[in-house]
Amino acid sequence: MRHADVLRFARDAAAGYPLRTSLSVLAMAIGVAAVVVLTSLGDGARRYVIEQFSALGSNLVIVLPGRSATGGFSPANALTTTPRDLTVDDAFALTRLPSVRRVAPLAAGNSEINANGRLREVVVAGTASPYFDIRSFAMAQGHFLPEGDWNRGAPVMVIGAKIKEEIFGANPAVGELVRLGDRRLRVVGVLKATGQGVGGMNTDEVVFVPVSLAQSLFNTSSLFRILIEARSRGEIEAVKREVTAMLKARHGEEDITVITQDAVLATFDKLLRALTAAVAGIAAISLAVAGILVMNVMLVAVTQRTAEIGLLKALGARATTIRNAFMAEAAMLSLVGAVTGYGLGLFGAFVLRQMYPAFPAYPPDWAVIAALGTALCTGMLFGIMPARRAARLDPVQALMKH
Amino acid sequence: MAVIQLAGIERVFHLGDSVVHALTGLDVAIEAGEYVAIMGPSGSGKSTLLNLLGLLDRPDAGSYRLEGRDVTTLSPDEQAAVRSRRIGFVFQSFHLVPRLTAAENVALPMMLAGIPAAERAQRVQQALKDFGLDQRADHRPDQLSGGQRQRVAIARATIMQPAVLLADEPTGNLDRATGDDVIHLLEELNQRGMTLIIVTHDPKIGTRARRQLLMEDGELKSDSARPVAAAS
Ligand SMILES: Nc1ncnc2c1ncn2[C@@H]1O[C@H](COP(=O)(O)OP(=O)(O)OP(=O)(O)O)[C@@H](O)[C@H]1O
Ligand SMILES: [Mg+2]
Repeated sequence: MRHADVLRFARDAAAGYPLRTSLSVLAMAIGVAAVVVLTSLGDGARRYVIEQFSALGSNLVIVLPGRSATGGFSPANALTTTPRDLTVDDAFALTRLPSVRRVAPLAAGNSEINANGRLREVVVAGTASPYFDIRSFAMAQGHFLPEGDWNRGAPVMVIGAKIKEEIFGANPAVGELVRLGDRRLRVVGVLKATGQGVGGMNTDEVVFVPVSLAQSLFNTSSLFRILIEARSRGEIEAVKREVTAMLKARHGEEDITVITQDAVLATFDKLLRALTAAVAGIAAISLAVAGILVMNVMLVAVTQRTAEIGLLKALGARATTIRNAFMAEAAMLSLVGAVTGYGLGLFGAFVLRQMYPAFPAYPPDWAVIAALGTALCTGMLFGIMPARRAARLDPVQALMKH
Repeated sequence: MAVIQLAGIERVFHLGDSVVHALTGLDVAIEAGEYVAIMGPSGSGKSTLLNLLGLLDRPDAGSYRLEGRDVTTLSPDEQAAVRSRRIGFVFQSFHLVPRLTAAENVALPMMLAGIPAAERAQRVQQALKDFGLDQRADHRPDQLSGGQRQRVAIARATIMQPAVLLADEPTGNLDRATGDDVIHLLEELNQRGMTLIIVTHDPKIGTRARRQLLMEDGELKSDSARPVAAAS
């Protein structure tokens, strides 16, 4: 029997039992679609996080108080006690290091903003003028915090785009006096909307004030972070070394953690890749289930078409021909199911992207290849047994079944 | 030379503890172009014999020569090739593939034999015309009458121009008039040189054949071509 005829025969056989065929195609499709959608989610999350981190600025090195055993980023960092605070003087001292281009102190806290008859809770970031360049900000109106002594900040503030909109609407904000906690500050600038931020700190919703002002507002002398920009990507490691050495000298012991954006990114990247693979693995179980369903469908087909198999043998079909025909049918069910599932999965990812435009939900190539491959392999593998059973049928017995 | 030569054929079925001798000590020779009716009571081994002749079953002992060639020792694939090219089957219950049209059913043996589609289409068209089915080419079996179905089955059985046509009670599911039509059709094929072997319960059909084999308990009770030999 010619290959084209085997395929046509298998296709007609599958089409001859629409309910059974559509059920197994559906099962396979759901399995593949699950892999595609879930890996889209996982990989989308990975890309999303990486994009957000990249928005932090380039060649970034972050100093945080407290010693972390690994030196990398871990949630435990947030819990370590701080033997000695990071201070504005610490931050200022770092500006003298050779590999450092810019340094910005960062003190943070929550406060209330009260202006134009409106009241709103805001995140207050106390920092200094270099922060603008480190974060690659852009201004919508006015200018950023002025340069000057970090320990004597002017009573001014720069507000995020969303704050501006909520408090001032379409009216100009620059030059206005605003109450922040128990202070009165003048708005000197409005940032361009970025829509980005990490850890719930969307810069559009932040109020920037001089670091000394923030410290007195929150009644503290410590810093939340020190942000450093290295002179180049190649000098990030040097910055790390120099910063660690200098702060160790100043504090008498190594009680800080220096993290680089690369390290954070690598950690998140690894974490989310593993997550995606795990999710893909779980989804792949549904492919195995679909494979078993294809096997059952083919076993039913063999039983239902026993008389037909007997007839084919009487008409001169060889055992291999019959086996190939049934294998081809199983492969077709799997293939159509896999392709349908792929389409469904892509559509699902598309819907996700429509619903959450910021979330890049695209399935990774490896997941697509793995899903289609697994679907075809399980379909074929589970098709072997029924096909062999069909090929082995005794023609006389088979013909009597009618 | 005989187209079919059976010598000392035995066929034994084991059903649990009991042993059924479906065929015992069978010696038959059938010449090319003969018209043979196999008759006998139910369970006498007629179908078993026909299945052996059609290479759907193997004897437990004895030899079977088809066109001078010992076919019992052939491999399954070789036997399939013989079935494909030299043997045609007609069944009581037609055995048409329900999802295929009349034309596709007739084309089936050629498709299995690997004959190209263009040649198949041409031969199917001719066969359907010969059997008066050209208006029914695209009908599925459930859209055909019993007589038409059996004609499609006969067209299918003969499309590969076999040497031997085996029919197991071909009129069993048909009314008298339609059954007669089918028998006439088979007889026409026989007149054109095809060896025709029909298993039947119907004495009227049996007597139309030029030669009758009467089976009983797996043995050949009488052979109209060899009245003396069979009696001894
Ligand atoms: N697969 C089998 N297993 C066991 N016994 C069988 C099998 N096939 C046939 N037999 C037995 O062999 C004997 C001959 O059966 P066969 O079908 O050849 O009879 P038959 O002459 O065709 O009868 P009928 O006229 O009813 O069709 C019967 O006794 C039957 O029970
Ligand atoms: Mg019978």
